[in-house]
Amino acid sequence: MPIDQWLPGILRAGALIALLVMLFILLFLIGESWPVLSKLSIVQLVTDSSWHPLEGAYNLMPMLTGTVLASTGALLLAIPLGLASALFTVFYAPSYLAVSYKRLIELLAGIPSVVFGFWGLTVLVPLINQWQPPGASLLAGILVLTLMILPTVTVTAHAALAAVADELVRNAAALGLSRWGTIQGVVLPAAKAGITAGIMLAAARALGETMAVLMVAGNVVQYPETVFDPVRTLAANIALETAYAMGDHRAVLFVSGLLLMGLIMVLSAMAEALEKQQHV
Amino acid sequence: MNIEQEVGKCDPFTLGPLEAGPACCDPLPVIQVKDLSLRYNGKPALEKVSLDIYEGCITALIGPSGCGKTSLLSAINRLTDLIPGCSVNGRILMQGRNIYDRDENVQALRRQVGMVFQKPTPFPLSIRRNLSLSLHEHGITRKTEVADISEQALRDVGLWDEVCDRMDSAALNLSGGQQQRLCIARALALQPQILLMDEPCSALDPIASGVVEDLICRLRGRYTVVIVTHNLAQARRIANYAAFFWVSGHAGQLIEFGRCQKIFESPRHELTAAYVNGVRG
Repeated sequence: MPIDQWLPGILRAGALIALLVMLFILLFLIGESWPVLSKLSIVQLVTDSSWHPLEGAYNLMPMLTGTVLASTGALLLAIPLGLASALFTVFYAPSYLAVSYKRLIELLAGIPSVVFGFWGLTVLVPLINQWQPPGASLLAGILVLTLMILPTVTVTAHAALAAVADELVRNAAALGLSRWGTIQGVVLPAAKAGITAGIMLAAARALGETMAVLMVAGNVVQYPETVFDPVRTLAANIALETAYAMGDHRAVLFVSGLLLMGLIMVLSAMAEALEKQQHV
Repeated sequence: MNIEQEVGKCDPFTLGPLEAGPACCDPLPVIQVKDLSLRYNGKPALEKVSLDIYEGCITALIGPSGCGKTSLLSAINRLTDLIPGCSVNGRILMQGRNIYDRDENVQALRRQVGMVFQKPTPFPLSIRRNLSLSLHEHGITRKTEVADISEQALRDVGLWDEVCDRMDSAALNLSGGQQQRLCIARALALQPQILLMDEPCSALDPIASGVVEDLICRLRGRYTVVIVTHNLAQARRIANYAAFFWVSGHAGQLIEFGRCQKIFESPRHELTAAYVNGVRG
């Protein structure tokens, strides 16, 4: 049988399976969090006095804050670093350096998060501890997350910058624009959508990262006053408590999972919309 | 009668009789190309080209594809610097100074020598920003001044009436012909002395192409224009001088250079005759 006849069927089946798996996970999450969503009110997750799940106090806000702070901090560090290195490799580096540097960044993207966590725990946390105890802190979480999302920012920015048509660069040069004038006036506006999409992806990764943050952030449920205070993120909370959570407690964990998934879905959708906009 | 009007617009066979040529064609060289050879990764693309470009005139570079016309054009504003592996030997003199000297200010050179490419390439910005970007870069930042220069450049290319009410909309929404005229305006806004044009009409439909061609004719006298074209009829219509290139061996060479009329009507070289009469190439 010719390939064009049977291949679409197989591909369609694959796509359907992927879709169904996604759907089942979503339904499962909603199903498991239903006891809370129907019985306790969602407001309670914000207004409860604290997170003491065994005593029925389910305030998720400190952990949501921790998640957002850690991710934002990591983005604030990773965006300028990633953009700078992408600009360097595309426009300034000699080609042998650019190629090896890009390989290195891609390698960095492939390191499992637990390895980052391990490194953070054994190197970073003691280092911060010497400076400002206890070491396991929001700062450690931010730094480890930065390392983890830096390759995402760099690789996507690199792709977006490299995709800017040579013609634009030549036209800009022909008008007597300097290298930086070209980058700032023409290349960055042209690559803006792609770069932003990469940042969204990086943000999604930072929000959802569990292991590395869990290992270095200290996991105390509190609003941090300085970056040296320990924090607990939503993802870390799920990993820490699922083993013994029961009843409403378990359901609340699923709600926080749902919350994370919602956040990331919104970010991904925004990234996709931006990418589409670039190709118009 | 219509045809006559068309013809009258753009003195068709360039200079007419030699004696009656427009004043702009007193041969005063602004660019002197001396023994220019150009290589890509060691592979020769142009071999020992020498020619003068005369002030205020339109000089057409003609010849088959791959004979180095565009390479020569890019050498004149040193856009060849951007091509990895491209090396240039020889000299190009502009007002007596060699633009390949080490202390040449390339940005200033490119401001003086504008370039329009084959494919209309507006920046993915607003129409206004397309014009102001390079002005800002060259230190013209006063708002009114930038606006005045932009308007004048757009008027010069006949685009002002079409875009004056949507200066802040995306330049990429313009039609192909409008985009190309915007690119010309962008180059003119810097008030260059010389305008290099690399087949500026070849990506346009016949009507838009006609508009751009008329525009190039109007630039005669005010600017020195060097134009690469594959459209021999166009070269014949608009150019004062023509340079014919041909690939001999592996590299492009200048076969014949002279007044356009002469190249087309009484070429000295048989290759030129064969090419302009459509026998070869």
